[in-house]
Amino acid sequence: MQLAARIHELTKDYVLKGETVRALRGISLEIPAGDCVAIMGPSGSGKSTLLNLIGCLDRPTSGCLQLGDDDVSSMDDSQLSRIRASRIGFVFQSYNLIAQLNVLENIEVPLYYRGRITRHERSRCRELADMVGLSDRLKHRPQQLSGGQQQRVAIARSLANDPDFILADEPTGNLDTQTTEDILDLLGNLHRAGKTIIIVTHEKEVAARARRIIRLLDGRIDESLVQ
Amino acid sequence: MLWLRTWLIGIKSVLLHPMRSLLTVLGIFIGVASVIWLLAIGAGISQKAQEQIEGLGADNIIVRSVKPAKAPDGSTSFILPYGLLRADYDILVETIPTIRGALPIREMRREVRYGQRELLARVVGCTPEYADITQLEIDRGHFVSDAELQLEQNHCVLASNVVDTLFPYEDPIGRRIYLPEAQDYYKIVGILKYRAPTAAIGGSLAAQDFSQDVYIPITTLRRRLGDTVVVRRGGSREGETVELNQITLQVDDIANVMKTADLVQQTLDRRHSKLEDVAVIVPKELLEQAETTRVMFMVFMGVIASISLLVGGIGIMNIMLATVMERTREIGVRRALGASRSNIVLQFLIETTVLSVAGGLAGILGGAFCPYAVNGLRQILTSYASDLISTLPQLV
Repeated sequence: MQLAARIHELTKDYVLKGETVRALRGISLEIPAGDCVAIMGPSGSGKSTLLNLIGCLDRPTSGCLQLGDDDVSSMDDSQLSRIRASRIGFVFQSYNLIAQLNVLENIEVPLYYRGRITRHERSRCRELADMVGLSDRLKHRPQQLSGGQQQRVAIARSLANDPDFILADEPTGNLDTQTTEDILDLLGNLHRAGKTIIIVTHEKEVAARARRIIRLLDGRIDESLVQ
Repeated sequence: MLWLRTWLIGIKSVLLHPMRSLLTVLGIFIGVASVIWLLAIGAGISQKAQEQIEGLGADNIIVRSVKPAKAPDGSTSFILPYGLLRADYDILVETIPTIRGALPIREMRREVRYGQRELLARVVGCTPEYADITQLEIDRGHFVSDAELQLEQNHCVLASNVVDTLFPYEDPIGRRIYLPEAQDYYKIVGILKYRAPTAAIGGSLAAQDFSQDVYIPITTLRRRLGDTVVVRRGGSREGETVELNQITLQVDDIANVMKTADLVQQTLDRRHSKLEDVAVIVPKELLEQAETTRVMFMVFMGVIASISLLVGGIGIMNIMLATVMERTREIGVRRALGASRSNIVLQFLIETTVLSVAGGLAGILGGAFCPYAVNGLRQILTSYASDLISTLPQLV
């Protein structure tokens, strides 16, 4: 089985006002390609830190992190940027769309940082907007959309660069039940289409949809469940 | 990279926050415009100060005839010829290119009469330009004109003291004064305003009193009074022949004064080697003062420019810092979506460049508007407080 990510003895320390916070204290984990993983745990347990490391937003203090065949833990800032631009799609709790851009432009942003935008890619962005059901609002600004619609734009955006990973940090935290269902259906479709999905969540209903649940406690893996 | 697109996005992002962008542009506009205004006004005042120093005669070289201590050997005549010749004047004017203008003067003391009243005046043979150079102002009538010079007419212009003494009750214009020694009448065509005597400046320019003068065309003086003056002194007679008393040479630029003076000295030395009867006077003190003023203004304007630039720069820096702080979140999102550090830096640089160029251009336009604004302000102020304004120098 091909591995999407291999994590070995990963640690991360933060220094806050001269005090060292040990956010991750040695995590070892293997995520097969096409898997759907939910990361749970109380706040402060290191969920978001782990997601940020996998998403190449941050570098580990020690340990090894491989995405596919690349050893990410030893890369410099610009190499990490390139990995993020080409292989990772993010979905955030607060959507984080860029306010001054319209729906279509928001979806195109990751392509822009990857280099040239071809006509084919641009039409694919329209297809993505169509897929998340927003083809009639391409010229709307984020503040003209509801929370669920914004999150759907964010999911379309995360798919723009055709990434291996979709990393979702509490994607349904700000949404009502019905909209949560819609978003989870969308993510489920992506899973079935072969994307590797990692979701950080508090909610049991969300985690229940994942194939595998990992519980963190104090920077260590407390429990790993395969459903 | 997609340069055009990057620029378009930068401009778009600027336009998306019209208020903030407008304030930024306004800040830069004021910074740039104020630098231009201050420098322009400074340059105007500096130039005026320079002109005033020039007005005192900093760009004039004065060549004077000096009576030599002893007569040249072998001279038997009691009439002593010395001093500047009309030929000297021609040679100086024709051979030295840095000389802008030259004024020959012949002056002599003569008694002048009108009716019963008489006065020992200084009769000055001069050219029309003399009034400008010595800053004589006409009260009524006109100064010696080119036509009078050409026609060698016996017309004269009187200084205020002469008028007061000879014409306490009458209007002098059109009347004739009598010069008994020459047995000749001169028609009065103009009278001058009172001109305070000039102070001696340092050691180079002597004090001069203009109040006892009678001005006539130099050609008339030569024809009617001649070059030779004979004075009776203690029973014996002494005489002198002088063609010109003084030539005032105007140099084209203050910077050339010393060089030109050297040339003049050399030229005259060769022609007046027998007698030391010519002196070249350079207004050294004035030149030094002009130089000091120039340097002072340069330093002053440099300081003003650097302070304005510093203030303007800090203003722009603050605005940009606020922009970046306000958009930390957007920066984070863009980073997560794959932007490298240089992408972000480029984006902000472009936005700043767009704002700065807009503000700078507006500022330059505002700066070009300065003369009109200052002149408008001057006119408004003149109508309310003309006395105060008339003492201010013209700007730009």
